[in-house]
Amino acid sequence: MEVKVRPLDCWNDFKKYRERYYKNYLEAKDKGGIRWAGSAWAFDPVPHGLGEDVYSLTGEPYGATCAFFHDFSRECLENIERQGVARDLCGYMRNYWGSIVLDKYLLADGSTVSPFPKPDFNFTIHICCSHAKWYHFAAELEGGIPTYAVDISVGPGYMLDDKKIEYVVRQLRDAIPWMEKITGREYDDELLIKAVYAEADAMSTWAKICKLNQAQPAPLEEKSMFSLYVLNLINRGDPEVAKLYHKLYDEVESRVKRGIGALTYEQFRFLTDNPPPWAFLKVYRYLEKEYGAISLGAIYTFGLAGGWIGMDEKGEKWIWEPAPTPEEAGVEITNREEALRWTAEYNLRYRASWQHEYSHWIRKQETYQMVKDWKADAMIMHLNRGCELWNMSTLEVRDYLVKNGISVATYEGNMADPRDFDEARTFNVIDSFMQSLGIEKIS
Amino acid sequence: MIVAGIDVGSKFTKVVIVNDAKEILGYSNIRTGMDHHKTVEEALNEALKNANLKREDINKFVATGFGKISVPFADSEITQVVAAGKGAHFVWPTVRTVIEVGAEESRAVKVGDDGNIKDFALADKCAAGAGSFVDAMVRYLEVPLEEFGKISLEAKESVPMNAQCVIFAESEVVSLLHANYPKPEISRAIHDAIADRVASIARRVGIEDDVVLIGGLANDIGFVDSMKRELGTEVYVPDKIAPELVPALGAAIAEL
Repeated sequence: MEVKVRPLDCWNDFKKYRERYYKNYLEAKDKGGIRWAGSAWAFDPVPHGLGEDVYSLTGEPYGATCAFFHDFSRECLENIERQGVARDLCGYMRNYWGSIVLDKYLLADGSTVSPFPKPDFNFTIHICCSHAKWYHFAAELEGGIPTYAVDISVGPGYMLDDKKIEYVVRQLRDAIPWMEKITGREYDDELLIKAVYAEADAMSTWAKICKLNQAQPAPLEEKSMFSLYVLNLINRGDPEVAKLYHKLYDEVESRVKRGIGALTYEQFRFLTDNPPPWAFLKVYRYLEKEYGAISLGAIYTFGLAGGWIGMDEKGEKWIWEPAPTPEEAGVEITNREEALRWTAEYNLRYRASWQHEYSHWIRKQETYQMVKDWKADAMIMHLNRGCELWNMSTLEVRDYLVKNGISVATYEGNMADPRDFDEARTFNVIDSFMQSLGIEKIS
Repeated sequence: MIVAGIDVGSKFTKVVIVNDAKEILGYSNIRTGMDHHKTVEEALNEALKNANLKREDINKFVATGFGKISVPFADSEITQVVAAGKGAHFVWPTVRTVIEVGAEESRAVKVGDDGNIKDFALADKCAAGAGSFVDAMVRYLEVPLEEFGKISLEAKESVPMNAQCVIFAESEVVSLLHANYPKPEISRAIHDAIADRVASIARRVGIEDDVVLIGGLANDIGFVDSMKRELGTEVYVPDKIAPELVPALGAAIAEL
């Protein structure tokens, strides 16, 4: 059946925000502002308390942007390898480091400028083997940048208790005077509170948008979602981001009501898991064009940028329902302590992508439930050589899904190293998979 | 209806012609040259001659294999996975796990009672689990290809070969030769190494009896023996048709 399609009205708003974001970081010093760098998983609202002219550069989205522009990525990767860095380390991280070594900064449109803008400080988190070293080494490469990392390895959200939350809150509490000392700025708790509200709003709204994609036909396809979800990974403490997500929510909700889809022919619905091979997003377009196959999302795009209820209290079943905002939970945040506590607990409890790092059982439930809730026909999994953390337990999850009657295809690649991707072989896997399921080409 | 299945592999191009009673009327198997179009024409002509048919007698051409785009006159294309599964199920109806080892690639396909594909796994970008690995090793051992499998059955002990990469494996074979290991032991070590690699791919889909081995390497009795030991189960090789012809047969019967 032919479906009505139309481009997203707010597409350009997201595109412009992202362009402005990278430019703002570059030009921060011209405006007397502050730059900080860190993981997209860092507690973004905390540096917001330093002022309204504080600009961040989050490493994973930057690494993904490098990978998308694969000629630049190759240059970064080869340069950092010449420094002795091994090819099996995190792909995002190697692009980031390579960009520093090259002394070239990539903008969202693919153009580069020199020198690479140094941050005033690094503020990040530790959860995987790479995050633990990423900014320490970046700081060394940049000639000694003050670096602060928050250890968040306290276990999955459903097993959280006050002691574990306090462990993280204490680190955030200590980070504030550290930031004041480095920047010479007086910290503004009102700005922190504003950013904490904005973060929860943006993450819960993104989750609500993802839920709308359960509709048939699906109003969004994942390749476009990559450009939408990312705002929550670059600056979710900015109230403008939450505002954009509300605008997007309204538009997507209206698409669902009017039966507007992302594809003209939707004959096959699938989900993905890992970060995609950013240099080869054409894989998604191939599936759409050749098979009318739509990627509805992933535990990556949904879980990284969204706040979700996650595992139930017994740790038996995953619940794909948006996490409550402070307003929805009936909580009023009035001071620094409450703000830090909220952001720590919200992220530890509801950031889906942190939950499954602790147990393949969680990831199995998370993935299985996603297939059911989004009414997917299959799962296409990326055996991603570029991320040890995300690739952990991928094959266990695959086996679990297959045993539970869900069709799964796997292809090998690398989210951020174009040299590790075999395009012809990947298309062969797709064709084999589709043919084995009896899905015929539409073109 | 008469259908020709054409499997353009990286080393050999195979054609199998069947009628609507699914009887094999003719076949061919020739080395894939640099000019794939020419190879396809030659293979087809040979199969037609073998079947005592003319080109116009063929109602449908079905292409498969890595070089399937080199069959411009094909009425349809079928992936190697489906061709392998369909072909193996036809020649061995009780098959549930098909393992195909060709020159450049190996794959495992799980098939249902009805012959439909339930799951599959492909080898990654490495020749260590494929026939070209054998070609490379045979050069160093200076043993004729047809003898390579036989002598491995004469081995009295298992010698571990650790290299997973064909390049490093070559130097490991040289080291074993310098250490005066007999050729049968080295041959078995090589077969075991390939079997280890192929079995790990097959385990991704789960091993379920009957296991049928197809593709060129299924002609190597040393490899079949290694696969049986590695999987701990019987491994069957089709006997009514050469194992390397099974995907071409599968491509043809898929259209019937």
